Amino acid sequence: MSLRASQLNIGDTHSEQVATNLSRTQIVQYAGASGDYMPLHTDEIYAREIAGYPGVFAHGMLSMGATGTMLTNWVGDGRLTEYSARFTRQVWPGDDLIATAKVMALDNIEGQHFVQLDVVTVNQDGQEVISGQATARIDP
Amino acid sequence: MAEYQFPVDASQIMLFARSVGDKNPIYHDAAYAKTTEPGGIIAPPTFVQASAQYDPNFPLRPRIGEPWFGSGREPTGIKAKPKTEGETGGIGQSSRVLHAEQKYQYHKPIRPGDVLTVTTRPGRRWEKAGRRGGALKFSEAITEFRNQDGELVVTSTMVGVETGQAVSQN
Repeated sequence: MSLRASQLNIGDTHSEQVATNLSRTQIVQYAGASGDYMPLHTDEIYAREIAGYPGVFAHGMLSMGATGTMLTNWVGDGRLTEYSARFTRQVWPGDDLIATAKVMALDNIEGQHFVQLDVVTVNQDGQEVISGQATARIDP
Repeated sequence: MAEYQFPVDASQIMLFARSVGDKNPIYHDAAYAKTTEPGGIIAPPTFVQASAQYDPNFPLRPRIGEPWFGSGREPTGIKAKPKTEGETGGIGQSSRVLHAEQKYQYHKPIRPGDVLTVTTRPGRRWEKAGRRGGALKFSEAITEFRNQDGELVVTSTMVGVETGQAVSQN
């Protein structure tokens, strides 16, 4: 399934909850899968005593990956052409993440349709943790 | 310019998708994936991060037999040291260096069996006064992933930020 330009309007949105009560275990899992073993994310003692944080927090890339789930579920598999994210606030164990994409523009470049999306992910308190953009190929 | 090979296999794609909470069967079920538009298993959008497993200069990975900065008998196994040349992207052993922003351009899907050649070059550098963490030094690392046919599949731009102190929570 992919999106159709003829059925999209500027301002349309799609939201998904992409993390629920984020666990330290999932953060460890992401460290193992990605190879980013920075102990700030997985080692409470290091995070508190060496780095000076209240505890471990998720890799920004875990939140970007989780947010990507919402994007690919909406635009379809293999349809993204660009995806960017700024990490605007830390994500802590126990957080929920709600990711939303909003249609900002519909383009037709030499017959190929594209949708430009704003991407925002917030935590359970509505605080933004990711602010980004994405572009995807869509059908006419 | 650092260059290394990143072989992509199906189990790594499955594990990566699982770790970001993505249950789309296109990342692990070959029979299902065959029925989709890409026609087979592909990698999820942020998968190229797993190239760190193969990056000989990646500083955040423990190395067998060498002291490491994760806690053991002490809160850290080694003292933080300044970044050395060859560390990509400026995210070194300092816990004051954080990932500020990430951009990807997707040119072709990544599939199991691909052997990607990874090259990284420095991009822009800039500074600004931080609202929460003191003076902020930003730097870009631009990484290209090319497949075994020499085709560019993904371009990644990572922005690292070096902060003067632990980023406050408010």
